[in-house]
Amino acid sequence: MASNKKYWKSVEELNENSSIVASLEQNEFNEGQAPESFLGDKETLEASSTTRRDFLKYVGFTTVAASLAACEGPVIKSIPYVVKPEEVTPGIANYYASTIADGFDFANVLVKTKEGRPVFILPNKEAKGTTNARVNASVLSLYDSLRLRGPKVKGNTASWSDVNGKITAQLETLSNAGEKIVILTGTLASPSTDALIADFAKKYNNVSHVVYDAISESAALDAFQEVYGERALANYKLEDAKTIVSIGADFLGDWQGGGFEAAYAAGRDVKAGKFSRHIQFEGNYSLTGANADKRVVLKPSEQAYALINLYNAVTGQNLASKKTPGDAAIKQAAAQLKKSGSKAVVITGIQDKNAQLIALAINNYLNSEILDTTNVKYVRGGNDAEVSTLIAELKAGKVGALITYNTNPVYTLAKSADFKAGLKKTKLTVGFSSKEDETLNEMQFALPTPSYLEAWGDVKMTASQYSLTQPTIKPLFDSKQFQDCLLAWSGQTTSYYDYLSAYAKSDVLGDKSWNTTLHDGFAPLSATVLSASDIDVTAAASAFKSGIKSGAFELTLYSSVAMGDGQQANNPWLQELPDPLTRASWDNYLLMSKADADELGFSNPIKDNGAINGQYATLTVNGVKLENVPVLIQPGQAKGSLGLSYGYGKTKALKEEMLVGVNAYSIAFGGSQVVSVENTGGDHLFACEQLQHTIAGRHDILRETSLEQYQHGHAEEWNPRPEVSLKHQETDVNKVDLWEDHDRSIGHHFNLSIDLTSCTGCGSCVIACHAENNVPVVGKHEVRVGRDMHWLRIDRYYTSEGDAITDNKKTNSASSEDSAELYQKLETPEAINPQVAFQPLMCQHCNHAPCETVCPVAATSHGRQGQNQMAYNRCVGTRYCANNCPYRVRRFNWFKYNSNDEFDFHMNDDFGKMVLNPDVVVRSRGVMEKCSMCIQMTQATILNAKNEGRAIDVNEFTTACSSACATGSIKFGDINSPEDEVTELRKDKRAYRLLEFIGTDNNVVYQTKIRNTNEA
Amino acid sequence: MKIVKLHRKLSSVLKLSLALFFSFSLSLSAQEPSEEQAKAGKALFNMHCASCHKLNKKSTGPALYKVAERREMDWLKAWIKNNNKLRASGDADAKAIYEEYGGVAMSVFEFLSDKQIEDILAYTTVGDAKKATGNVAAAHAVEVESTPSEILPKIATIVVVLVLLSLIGWVFLKSNNGFLKIFAVIILVFLGVYFGFTALMSIGVDEGYQPVQPIAFSHKIHAGDNKIDCQYCHSSAKHSKTSGIPSVNVCMNCHKNISEVADDTKIDIKGKEYLDKEIQKVYEAAGWDAENLKYTGETKPIKWVRIHNLPDFAYFNHSQHVTVAGVKCQKCHGPVEEMDEMYQFSPLTMGWCIDCHKETEVNIEGNGYYKKIHEQLSHKYGVEKVTIAQLGGKECGKCHY
Repeated sequence: MASNKKYWKSVEELNENSSIVASLEQNEFNEGQAPESFLGDKETLEASSTTRRDFLKYVGFTTVAASLAACEGPVIKSIPYVVKPEEVTPGIANYYASTIADGFDFANVLVKTKEGRPVFILPNKEAKGTTNARVNASVLSLYDSLRLRGPKVKGNTASWSDVNGKITAQLETLSNAGEKIVILTGTLASPSTDALIADFAKKYNNVSHVVYDAISESAALDAFQEVYGERALANYKLEDAKTIVSIGADFLGDWQGGGFEAAYAAGRDVKAGKFSRHIQFEGNYSLTGANADKRVVLKPSEQAYALINLYNAVTGQNLASKKTPGDAAIKQAAAQLKKSGSKAVVITGIQDKNAQLIALAINNYLNSEILDTTNVKYVRGGNDAEVSTLIAELKAGKVGALITYNTNPVYTLAKSADFKAGLKKTKLTVGFSSKEDETLNEMQFALPTPSYLEAWGDVKMTASQYSLTQPTIKPLFDSKQFQDCLLAWSGQTTSYYDYLSAYAKSDVLGDKSWNTTLHDGFAPLSATVLSASDIDVTAAASAFKSGIKSGAFELTLYSSVAMGDGQQANNPWLQELPDPLTRASWDNYLLMSKADADELGFSNPIKDNGAINGQYATLTVNGVKLENVPVLIQPGQAKGSLGLSYGYGKTKALKEEMLVGVNAYSIAFGGSQVVSVENTGGDHLFACEQLQHTIAGRHDILRETSLEQYQHGHAEEWNPRPEVSLKHQETDVNKVDLWEDHDRSIGHHFNLSIDLTSCTGCGSCVIACHAENNVPVVGKHEVRVGRDMHWLRIDRYYTSEGDAITDNKKTNSASSEDSAELYQKLETPEAINPQVAFQPLMCQHCNHAPCETVCPVAATSHGRQGQNQMAYNRCVGTRYCANNCPYRVRRFNWFKYNSNDEFDFHMNDDFGKMVLNPDVVVRSRGVMEKCSMCIQMTQATILNAKNEGRAIDVNEFTTACSSACATGSIKFGDINSPEDEVTELRKDKRAYRLLEFIGTDNNVVYQTKIRNTNEA
Repeated sequence: MKIVKLHRKLSSVLKLSLALFFSFSLSLSAQEPSEEQAKAGKALFNMHCASCHKLNKKSTGPALYKVAERREMDWLKAWIKNNNKLRASGDADAKAIYEEYGGVAMSVFEFLSDKQIEDILAYTTVGDAKKATGNVAAAHAVEVESTPSEILPKIATIVVVLVLLSLIGWVFLKSNNGFLKIFAVIILVFLGVYFGFTALMSIGVDEGYQPVQPIAFSHKIHAGDNKIDCQYCHSSAKHSKTSGIPSVNVCMNCHKNISEVADDTKIDIKGKEYLDKEIQKVYEAAGWDAENLKYTGETKPIKWVRIHNLPDFAYFNHSQHVTVAGVKCQKCHGPVEEMDEMYQFSPLTMGWCIDCHKETEVNIEGNGYYKKIHEQLSHKYGVEKVTIAQLGGKECGKCHY
């Protein structure tokens, strides 16, 4: 029954006559290495003056020379410390609790260091920290070789003492003249820095501090401040929610600083007996929409009316609004909300203060306990009004000094030309950044700051927690913290560390110890509940309604999962992380619905190798043009709604390969915008993995069911055990075996369980896998031709709405009127609103592995502990194994990716190489590689226990992906240990293994996806 | 000019006569120490004094050679027994010496009897009997000569090969016998394959690799003669995958006080003078100013040449073998305590690893980790003790990842 549902990765797969799909299904390697790539082109060959005889002479000579040179092994030097730091034992990792706060991502983390080098970022679970892909990747940004290496004055290198002297002198002159001194920063959420800025303001006259977020949440902050009196963001206890209605809020992405996924997943835990219903109204296909139980497509202007309609439906009032195509769903959502009462919550991502007020009003009407106004969030603090004023003042030449820190306004401001012009009129401009970015290039003083891994700091992300940042490595470059400079300019001689610890001890920690807080990375604080004042909804709604702009095309800009606000654009891991929905990497693009694309003449032709092409569009907003935006057709995109992600199109401090995409900030004038689109043709080459690694028609690979079915139906019905015919008898596939099976009951037997319900598709595990396993980055072209090296990928499947069983009933239902229409909707490529399911896929570690039997040199073999092992030094690169793998998880090294100028990513530069994990080999060209189930980690855990002479603890085994998973979807453990979580999960009634009917006996178990389809 | 010269002469004569007088009077007052006294004193000196004092050189404390001639015996006794008391009593000399050595108080030795102190001082007066300085010459003389039993087989092999080659040459050049020619070709092919194969198999096997190190460090002197535990210097071997080349501060733990090779050290190579210079290299690396006994802060890390080079794709962990299995270092590294110059003792090939894993029984003594699995496995295989291979120590993925 479950297999009735059809899953597809690309619209092309729905076209039964597609020869490309057929050929891709047949070929594991859709493009071999073209002879031209190593032969050179014909013209150069013909133009060469080398004759055949000369050529043979060279060959002979070089062969002899090479073999002679090989006679002597290289002399390897070993250089020990002169004085070894006490805490360092070579080969043993140290962990430090710290906190990332880069203005966009905030998280409590553990930093793993090896011989003093940070190599891996883990979530600090004691502090309830979670890490997303960007936080995991931040360790590589530390080793960015294009970081600013020393202070510069007007482009010339200078010394710190010189710089500090000049700036102090100038500040004094300006202060005495009564000129304005402005400090412009991103959100710092650092109490000690705020105190420091206050001290600075005492020393100089006329100092003001403006906070600016590249992706603003100013509307929500304004609304919350108006109602609750504090400039903060509401928190949401999604773990207790019964109904979540979101209108345009991508809360599993970066909406209001993100970080809700763990609570969201905790509220959808069938085992704990709770499962919220999540209804999403949106225009773009967001990560949140992909996880919703019900997704309603509405373009931005319709979302605005829908919010008022929802208010009316919930409260029974009748505020002026307009009809929208989603009104039926709004009514249902309102009924659902009312049914759940105080366990319901409404959130909205509409960037308008009045819209946010209406959402707060609905929640207050519902007496929502989910809306948390005690533990409020401080991770966004930007104030749009103040920023606009500042730009106007700069332009008018009214600002004497501008100091920027943790922000890149020249890149992120739509009015960046005004800002730049203003800088020219400012007497003193000082920019702090770790890179010589767009803003620092315009500043008189360009000052390097250390990465958060090299710096001290404190962060107050929420009202109830105070976190500390501590250095885990000595600064790589001649950088100084912004805070240290402020202290120096204020004439204080203390260091920021002393200031911070004194501040924390006197103002925050009370009787808690500084050392304990530093060790734990955080200290709990007590927070008080904020009381709400009345909201004038009528006024808010009418003001909101009058501001709604609608047009044929409405653009919503969003932050992509990989790139966020773009500050880590020079990070190759993030560039190569495929977008969860589109599966495209190394790019941003205009998302468009199929209907609009047809109208405007856009298409995404598919090439023989599965690669996707596209045409360019020119967008015009408020008379500002953005040219050469490639168009990608997104199923499930609302008609008339367009999407474009921030974070790309940067021009400064980037390696050449990273210069991709267009700058969406240049047309970001706030809120949703009416745009005009022009098709300018051209041929854009996407690096998109939609059609690569196809499932070859084996739709059973993904299983899902409804909450109803799960609770009341038979597991046999929605999660049938596969059977095969043995001697003409239907037999459970696991009882049939070609071989005599090994006894696996002794010792460890590792299993990985992946819960498809709680997997949000965020990609955090993918980056963690890259960091732990030295997975190479291959670049845009190689991804395009299907040679990506991801050991762990997250497949995204589209499917038509409803669960398999109800779909079946629907298509068979007697009401002939809509059955045909329904069927059409289910199976046509134009399906307006397909559902999405994510499936992380890595080596399945089959106990009966098809790859092992075909390897001619026995390079891949099976371990007693359940891991399918890969001996790279034995592999000769026949690729038989990959051909025989039913899951398409083996990756071939087509090239040497390290120390190779052709692949100028982190493995080709001395700084980037420092991120490599010394416990895992860097693979060379011509070998097959794949997920090892982090055998280096399981071995280390075992060795630790042996050294300590004890048995392994419960749930002690982890892998990179399981430790990075914020929602706990990925669990790892030993099924021979009865207390390990994974032992239970393997036997769960939701558990199934991929393509179980082929009898590979996998050690990776999936938990059937459940959707809450219960309508109120 | 002349006057000056005369003056100099005069003063030197004066000094000489004074010295003579004093030495005479001293030798009169202090009794000539007996050999037994000096011997007992040496033992005591080594036990209680040597960590801070040397005879001929400043160390943590002053050099003590003939100290009894510079100080009063009573004063010395008082100082040695309890220098704190002596300083407290306001003794100017005691205070001065305390100041001179940076305010580092000497330990209190109230438990030493007067007799013992006299013995020690006797030893400091006599000093070590000088050995004949023949080390340098001796070292060069000890060149290893091959014994006839080693040479004979070599000569025999060469002769056989030569005879064979000339025979084959004769067959090709002079003989018309077709069978012999074919036979000769077969032999040539066999020889070629044999030698070719051996040569190819030895590629990358560096058994016996003995590079020249930046410092002529002798494991024989340290681990052999002085019996320093391997893990005193290679301290991470029990915790980590690497055994750890000791950092220079570990060398300085001892070499702060040992600035030259002790006279009774047996030196087979190079000689004392040479080795003393090598110790200077350690000081240079650590930035140790041996004159003023302090660190200058100017360090120069030592660039050792790595001898045991496993390829990147092989993972080896010392702690697994040292701590868990309790394998002696010598099992893989050979008789390190006899090596003046370190060399690679084992081939470090995979076959060599596997051979050991096949035979060696797992050391489960008192290790909670092995309890359950060993019970189950020994039952399964019907053996009393399982080998490493039976535990999965032969799997590729255990070392290759």
